[in-house]
Amino acid sequence: MKAKILETENVTVSFDGFKALRNLNFNMDVGELRVVIGPNGAGKTTFLDVITGKVQPTEGRVLFKGKNLRRIPEYKIARLGIGRKFQTPRIFLNLTPRENLELTANRNKNVFPTLFRRPASAEVNSIAGLLETIGLTDKPDIAAGLLSHGEKQRLEIGMLVAQSPDLLLVDEPVAGLTDEETENVGELLLALAQSHSILVIEHDMEFVRQIARQVTVLHEGSVLFEGTIDEVQNDPRVIEVYLGKPSE
Amino acid sequence: MNKRGRRGVLFEVGVVVAIALFLIVIMPLVLSGFRLTLLGRFLALAIAALGIDLIWGYTGLLSLGHGVFFGLGGYAIAMHLKLQVPQGELPDFMGLYGGTELPWFWQPFHSFPLAAIAVVLIPGMLAGILGYLVFRNRIRGVYFSILTQAATIVFFNFFNGQQKLFNGTNGLIDYTTLFGATVSDSKTQFVFYVLTVLFLAATYALCRWLTSGIFGNVLLAIRDDEPRMRFSGYNPTDYKVLVFAISGAIAGIAGAFYTVQSGSVSPRAMDIAFSIEMVIWVAVGGRASLIGAVFGTLLVNYARTFFSEQFAEIWLFFQGALFLIVVTVLPDGIVGWVRKQNFRLFRRPTEISTYPSLEENIEVEHESQNTRN
Repeated sequence: MKAKILETENVTVSFDGFKALRNLNFNMDVGELRVVIGPNGAGKTTFLDVITGKVQPTEGRVLFKGKNLRRIPEYKIARLGIGRKFQTPRIFLNLTPRENLELTANRNKNVFPTLFRRPASAEVNSIAGLLETIGLTDKPDIAAGLLSHGEKQRLEIGMLVAQSPDLLLVDEPVAGLTDEETENVGELLLALAQSHSILVIEHDMEFVRQIARQVTVLHEGSVLFEGTIDEVQNDPRVIEVYLGKPSE
Repeated sequence: MNKRGRRGVLFEVGVVVAIALFLIVIMPLVLSGFRLTLLGRFLALAIAALGIDLIWGYTGLLSLGHGVFFGLGGYAIAMHLKLQVPQGELPDFMGLYGGTELPWFWQPFHSFPLAAIAVVLIPGMLAGILGYLVFRNRIRGVYFSILTQAATIVFFNFFNGQQKLFNGTNGLIDYTTLFGATVSDSKTQFVFYVLTVLFLAATYALCRWLTSGIFGNVLLAIRDDEPRMRFSGYNPTDYKVLVFAISGAIAGIAGAFYTVQSGSVSPRAMDIAFSIEMVIWVAVGGRASLIGAVFGTLLVNYARTFFSEQFAEIWLFFQGALFLIVVTVLPDGIVGWVRKQNFRLFRRPTEISTYPSLEENIEVEHESQNTRN
């Protein structure tokens, strides 16, 4: 059996009685690229909130590399090696792409080491490499606020990678992108999957098809189905709650 | 650091030294003693404005209670000055209220080094503790501002009410000597003036260092999207506590220099209105611009002097109007506006609202240049 990077055991999150997640059991292997789909309100974003420590599970527990994440503050969970990309790109608009990457690439994020930090040449090189990977070599030093939506999405993924996490949580990376940009992001994620475990939340089935190996379907806060993309698309329950009748 | 960056730093150091020399060498020849002390006082206020800019402009924490730290710095140095009395005697006001013994916490202020340390440490530590309690609980934005206001009320009432300990409403006044020199003597005042200029330059350098490089970017990032920083592995609380403590210590230094040059410190320094005034200076000069903070302080205070000398009645209206103008027409303050005009001196990337890609997109630029040929 392969080592698990992420496991949730009977996780329930309730907000004033409303259960956003109910008895969620989920796990993924080290090195896996997993896509989570599900209708609106299925608890996808809450699921990421629970993993990253933004929300505490009401019941159950979340294990990252076998370590229980209960009561660990967000920034420490991030340091353990979980990076999160948000649905709408949350990059720092007043900084340049290079500065954005430097910020997350910083190895020691405590106050004083950051204050007295001398930029290492290895770091400068790795940032230059990253700018190339995300296709921003021609505009590293303009304000990030001037980038296009697709470039912002890619920059945020770059920021995640700069953090060098073991697990990347990516929330709807292609929302609002053109087809071409969608494909770029897909390729970027596939390239990153070589060396990271990645959990992607997505709506766009075309895109899911491009990148997915294993797909988990969430419905009303628990796992409805798990399997390959073909199995998912042919499962009657999934079709009923999410995909709708197959069109010809 | 690349070559251009280093040359930029040298240029800036040169400019700061030149301005400092101008203030120290030329201004005394031009201005009368009274005017010079006035300038010195305003420069002391500019030190405090730098501290406000550090936390407000760069870190997004709007403190409406910096008068407390300013006042504490002033009281710390004033307590030392009030102890320049013959051995065994008490500061003059204590006798008036029937005090017979020096309160225990006055004792350390016999020593100048301890008093000087207290000027920095007491406001700095108070800000640090206050900041820790507030930021740890993720209190932000307007709630933070309200809490700082509450702090001014507490401290104002405390110092205002303690006749025996701090001479109440009147505050600590009538300083005699410092190191044997008469405080009000023009030579002593000149020394204070020079020290103020030097400390202003040093504070500027400190703030410049803090707000540049990755640390400065962390501050901006906390200002713009604090939760995002947590998910990137940063703990914003630590950064905010440190910066707030530094800002408080800076205000303390400013208060000390202001006190020795104005000859008094009273609970009025901890009045809410004064704390808000400090914020106005920075807003007028330009948030997130250190030059703006200094410039705004000098501008507003000279305007106040001018107006209150010429038309005493309308100063408050003018100040209100000034603030309204800045908020509505110049949200980035005067320096922010100048930067937008893209003068050579402050050259920065142009901000464009429509069709940014036409002006900033390097590919587009490249193409348009090629088609021209």
